[in-house]
Amino acid sequence: MMAEEFEPKIVAFLCKWCSSAGSDLAGVSRMEYPPNVVPITVMCSGSVSPLYILSAFNKGADGVLVSGCHPGDCHYIKGNYYARRRIALVKELLEFIGLEPERFQMSWVSAAEGLKYTQIIKNFVQSLKPLGPQTKLRRNP
Amino acid sequence: MKKTGVFVCHCGINIAGTVDVKKVAEELSKHHGVSHSEDYVYMCSDPGQNLIIDAIKEKKLDKVIVACCSPTLHETTFRNACKSAGLNDFQCEIANVREQCSWVHKDKTRATKKAIKITKSAVERVQKNESLDPITVPVTRRALVIGGGIAGIQAALDMANTGFEVVLVEKSPSIGGHMIQLSETFPTLDCSQCILTPKMVEVSKHPKIKLLTYSEVQEVSGYVGNFKVKILKKPTYVDPEKCTLCDECTKVCPVVVPNEFDLGLTGRRAIYIPFPQAIPATYTLDIKGCPGLLPIACGKCADVCEPKAIDYDMKPEIIEEEVGAIIVATGYDLYDKENMAEYGYGKYPDVLDGLQFERLLSASGPTQGKILRPSDHKEPKEVVFIQCVGSRDPEMHCAYCSKICCMYTAKHAMLYKHHVHDGQAYIFYIDIRSGGKGYEEFVQRAVEEDGVLYLRGKVSKIFEDKGKIKVWGVDTLAGKDIEIDADMVVLATAMRPSQGAEELAKKLKLAMDKDGFLAEAHPKLRPVESVSSGLFLAGAAQAPKDIPEVVAQASGAAAKAITILSQEKLHHAPTVAKVSRNLCTGCGMCVFVCPYDALSLKDGKVEVNEVLCEGCGTCSATCLRAAIQVKNITPLQINEMIKACLGG
Repeated sequence: MMAEEFEPKIVAFLCKWCSSAGSDLAGVSRMEYPPNVVPITVMCSGSVSPLYILSAFNKGADGVLVSGCHPGDCHYIKGNYYARRRIALVKELLEFIGLEPERFQMSWVSAAEGLKYTQIIKNFVQSLKPLGPQTKLRRNP
Repeated sequence: MKKTGVFVCHCGINIAGTVDVKKVAEELSKHHGVSHSEDYVYMCSDPGQNLIIDAIKEKKLDKVIVACCSPTLHETTFRNACKSAGLNDFQCEIANVREQCSWVHKDKTRATKKAIKITKSAVERVQKNESLDPITVPVTRRALVIGGGIAGIQAALDMANTGFEVVLVEKSPSIGGHMIQLSETFPTLDCSQCILTPKMVEVSKHPKIKLLTYSEVQEVSGYVGNFKVKILKKPTYVDPEKCTLCDECTKVCPVVVPNEFDLGLTGRRAIYIPFPQAIPATYTLDIKGCPGLLPIACGKCADVCEPKAIDYDMKPEIIEEEVGAIIVATGYDLYDKENMAEYGYGKYPDVLDGLQFERLLSASGPTQGKILRPSDHKEPKEVVFIQCVGSRDPEMHCAYCSKICCMYTAKHAMLYKHHVHDGQAYIFYIDIRSGGKGYEEFVQRAVEEDGVLYLRGKVSKIFEDKGKIKVWGVDTLAGKDIEIDADMVVLATAMRPSQGAEELAKKLKLAMDKDGFLAEAHPKLRPVESVSSGLFLAGAAQAPKDIPEVVAQASGAAAKAITILSQEKLHHAPTVAKVSRNLCTGCGMCVFVCPYDALSLKDGKVEVNEVLCEGCGTCSATCLRAAIQVKNITPLQINEMIKACLGG
């Protein structure tokens, strides 16, 4: 398979109040981005367990995104602060295991940042394409 | 076997234009547990909803997925439709295939594939959903208002006049706030006291309002509809029932301290009444200034008090109240003068802040409304007003605009001219912000009728020189340096959240913005609600604002509080955390991270207070044993959703 034909599969965990709403805004504003990402709306980025991320890679995701409200702006007061610390550890763990750092991202997207969400997805897809399929954590590569 | 129904909406061409909806319905019909799958042009229309209702009844569906627009739009519509067909609301979920799919992609084949994944993921979720009923809690049908300025007064009166009991707590000896200190108010020049005192009297006489002055909120516990509040009532050492306001006590009191009401322009005795129209109308003995409460130390006031109203043995009192809603209206203070040394504020007696100038203008003020310099009691002939002192200065002071200063400075300059006809007023400004009914006309009036000279630029230095205050500045429009030998300088200092607001915010678990003002739940759509349910915001505690805005916001907060108080019972979303007691080891990590204090340890296991829990799931991501999960979005459900998102 040619490298440019590879279409990475991305799972995006979006918090309900900011990032999912920001992604909705991208839709309302008819901004375009590649369909590689399938979103899962969670209540808060703080509810994203490290297991969700590992599970996504295990089930064949080529990239995983966790996106929450901006620090200080969490709908649940401080959930995204916990997310920030937890995700930083997960990122180190994944890199330690040998996963390319590009495959896992965290972002802060507010309900007003449709454009930012679009750009994040575009860049994410672009950065994953040269890497090819993720096999490190995949159950049946 | 699950009987899931999938309903794919075309949304005209909004979805069907990019997503092959027939294919989605067809693919989903093959998915496990799906017993019915169809598409329709507008699911949210009446015929569309009937389609769902009929299918639920005929095919005995127990789970429903609608693949349509964002759940923020029609989740309620479809859940209600399911309910009318006898299904629990929580057996219906939305697959967002419009905002998060059809509207953002162009390639129909790939968009269709993605829509299928999104819908399957939603099916996986709903198949593991529990049926839930809203949690109901009783409501204590009375309110607490914190702060007795115009915001608190208005909110208290609105709620009391609707028939609800209100406890109004004010930390100083009288209600009235900063508004009672003002002379006249823009843009109509109504006398501030004349329009506020009737409301203050109404508060004091209102049968539904319990007024607690010289009191502070110490502790708040509970939750929306059911707050328990501890209030500290400080001793005034004067029995208001007995006090006849004869004023004999102040005549003998030997202590003079700066008078807060006149912002230090005058003095007051240790025993004092803040101002003649104070509510409650009584004296307060300020022990900080008093030589001692023992009659042996002084005791002069008690000696002359004929009705024996002075009681040195009065003790602080803790008053406990139960309320259903709380309105926080703690107002503002002016930016500390210590921060404004560059303008000579605090150093030169004739450099005043806006509130001090209000007192000079006020007929009840230290000069009975005559404008005289504090230093030598002479009439100032040249007065320089400086706007944005501490505001709009992100490097040195406050980044925000204090909003009211453009207007009150125009008013100050105008009123100054009304008092000193041969005087000249100068105003240094950055921009004139006069948005508001009649505001622009008011500023024009100051320029045209009162000859106020507006100079666009900042002041670089202020210093005393031969009995004058020399003001060095620049007029950026003329490109010229300006030097004015002023007799008086008035600074429009920035508004800050009032002292103690931060401490109170912590007690109430209110969020604050970067400047320390109380944060509203949504800047546009929920401007009077706080992030915590049952707590509302009014007045300058939330952001700088002028009187009409404060009054409108206070009435808005009162109306929002009434939406709680008027109910017999409150409903709370049942998607809350649930503990598997056999898995819980009682490590308490979840208790620590819960943003709402909804978790506690009891007998070595975690317990959820379902009313406090907002269902954020931070606990569930923290638990090492998956012993705590949020209902209907459990790790098991997410796991199945991930599988579906990745195509199998």
